[in-house]
Amino acid sequence: MVMAVFVVAAVLAVVSALAAVSHRDPVVNVLSLVVTFFCVAVCFALLGAHFLAAAQVLIYAGAILVLFLFVIMLLGAPQTANDEARRPVQRTAGLALAAIVVVGGALLALTMQAVPPAAPVGSNAHAIGTAMLTTHAFSFELVSVLLLAAMVGALVLVRRKQ
Amino acid sequence: MMAPSTVHFVILAALLFGIGAAGVLLRRSGIAILLGIELMLNAGNLALVAFARQHGSLDGQVFVFFVMAVAAAEVAVGLALLVAIFRKQQAIDVDRLAIMRW
Repeated sequence: MVMAVFVVAAVLAVVSALAAVSHRDPVVNVLSLVVTFFCVAVCFALLGAHFLAAAQVLIYAGAILVLFLFVIMLLGAPQTANDEARRPVQRTAGLALAAIVVVGGALLALTMQAVPPAAPVGSNAHAIGTAMLTTHAFSFELVSVLLLAAMVGALVLVRRKQ
Repeated sequence: MMAPSTVHFVILAALLFGIGAAGVLLRRSGIAILLGIELMLNAGNLALVAFARQHGSLDGQVFVFFVMAVAAAEVAVGLALLVAIFRKQQAIDVDRLAIMRW
């Protein structure tokens, strides 16, 4: 049963990811990526990371991709769509590099010994929150500074000169 | 039927990462490139969670939260750059943005 759910989610994720990078229409790209991110959230849930699955849907599918859609609508979908193919040499090199990444990752995964996973950890929001605010407190503060810098940077970049 | 192992999840992550990398390398629209980067980050997250379960540790899941925050920051700045470029050049085709190339 779990395997069936995984196979459905994985196939759907790969298919929608292909649509997300290959379709001409940027709106279709973003909406396909929403499907991919939902399938990745299903994988998180299968891995026992239920809180992360919820965060994935809220942050990625909910916030980040809506930001993408917002910018596409702001710039005008037709203007963002003219996307002729790259030159053949660029295309060949890009596909070869992507294939190397996939094959290398798959080979690396297959050479891993089939060790059964350790005892599942309590993957609830409480445990993650405790770890984030004790062991990783410094990184947590750094991330807040990063988000502030990104917010200020985005505002400065889109500000019109008087 | 067996449960999916870490290997299954890592292979799925490699596939998604490769598709995202292909999108970054092959598309010319700046928005499509940013979408490809998002896909690659998500594939990395999936591998992190899979290995976190493999090792029975929560650190991988905490790290995924940080990656999500960094991805949000990256998207905010990236899209702001695209909007600024679009205002100047009326295009987000990266091959036409060659003003900094000699």
